[in-house]
Amino acid sequence: MTRRIAELLRALGARIVSNWIWRLGFACRFLWFTLKESGASFRRFHLTIREIYFTGVLSLIIILVSGLFVGMVLGLQGYDTLVRYGSSEALGVLVSLSLVRELGPVVAGLLFASRAGSAITAEIGLMKATEQLSAMEMMAVDPIARVVAPRFWAGVISMPLLAALFSAMGVFGGYLVGVRLIGVDEGSFWSQMQAAVDFREDVLNGVIKSLVFGVAVTWIAVYEGYDAPPTAEGVSGATTRTVVTSSLAILALDFVLTALMFRGT
Amino acid sequence: MMTRKELDLWVGIFAVIGIGALLFLSLKVANLASFSGADTYQIAAKFDNIGGLKVRAAVKSAGVVVGRVGEIRFDNESFEAVVALNIDGRYQFPKDSSAKILTSGLLGEQYIGLSPGGDSVSLKGGDTLKLTQSAVVLENLIGQFLYNKAAEGDGKK
Repeated sequence: MTRRIAELLRALGARIVSNWIWRLGFACRFLWFTLKESGASFRRFHLTIREIYFTGVLSLIIILVSGLFVGMVLGLQGYDTLVRYGSSEALGVLVSLSLVRELGPVVAGLLFASRAGSAITAEIGLMKATEQLSAMEMMAVDPIARVVAPRFWAGVISMPLLAALFSAMGVFGGYLVGVRLIGVDEGSFWSQMQAAVDFREDVLNGVIKSLVFGVAVTWIAVYEGYDAPPTAEGVSGATTRTVVTSSLAILALDFVLTALMFRGT
Repeated sequence: MMTRKELDLWVGIFAVIGIGALLFLSLKVANLASFSGADTYQIAAKFDNIGGLKVRAAVKSAGVVVGRVGEIRFDNESFEAVVALNIDGRYQFPKDSSAKILTSGLLGEQYIGLSPGGDSVSLKGGDTLKLTQSAVVLENLIGQFLYNKAAEGDGKK
């Protein structure tokens, strides 16, 4: 009996060490190598530009459309609640603050993880499975400098822009529903928003959040791709893990960042 | 496969509208242009009671926002609240101006109303406002009202 429990505990410990701690350590070392070898992705910037096209430009449609709809829903729901307290003019404040502070970075980050992060993992994983990475090494081309670092930097550059676009589209959606459809006064919609939203406190903190999410998502994506077992099953598993891990990372980091940034002065 | 030129074009468009969105957020939503924190001077005001005043609350004069509350702390010597006001450098006020804590809107957001005095010398950074009026605390007001009523009743007897 005791032997069985000991065996179970040992198996659990081995799983934790190999699945979590070992992988985390390797991921940190991998990030360090990526940062160290990222000179080439700026010297030969067209490599990064190509990746910005795949991660940023191709994510535009989903980001813009979801931003618009999230803003419109916020406009409808916010109006429904605010009108009870006779302060429907505060709709602009509600829509813009919730988008700029939270929804913009977080929802854009989640969409980015599933749209671009999964693609990065699948691409790098497949390159590894078809031994393209090994072939590069044979030709004395560092795959981290040539494949991983440009994708990493493209994600880090794209993410804040996508989050800002999401928030801007959301504010526009809230304006469409609130002012154009329902008929909230346009002047007070904008002026109350401008009085309540602070540049440093709200806009800049939102940009910092999205930057952190960008680093986290692309780090997880390139790492999972690089670490994927070189089989069809391995690549598909790594892609799933990218989406799951980066979504969880975004939500957890969002809580930590919010706690640090808005401590309720 | 796209040519490098086409890629550059699309990424350029992406960067332009992304930065455009950032500008929209900072200029139109946060209204950065009209009031920036760079060009301000700080004056202090002491209040017996600040009620629910918060940091970053507006400082208004004649209804126009002229500054923001920068810092609120408790002075352990005079047992008063010391409120630091960051006033926009474009606006000058006489030295004997007074500050009072007012309430705006239904949700009871509190702000500081600055009433200009008649002095010919202007306030400058580091000055302290002499005349202040504390926030109205409803409980005190009701208590005072009841006390007065009771005193009236005693007088009639």
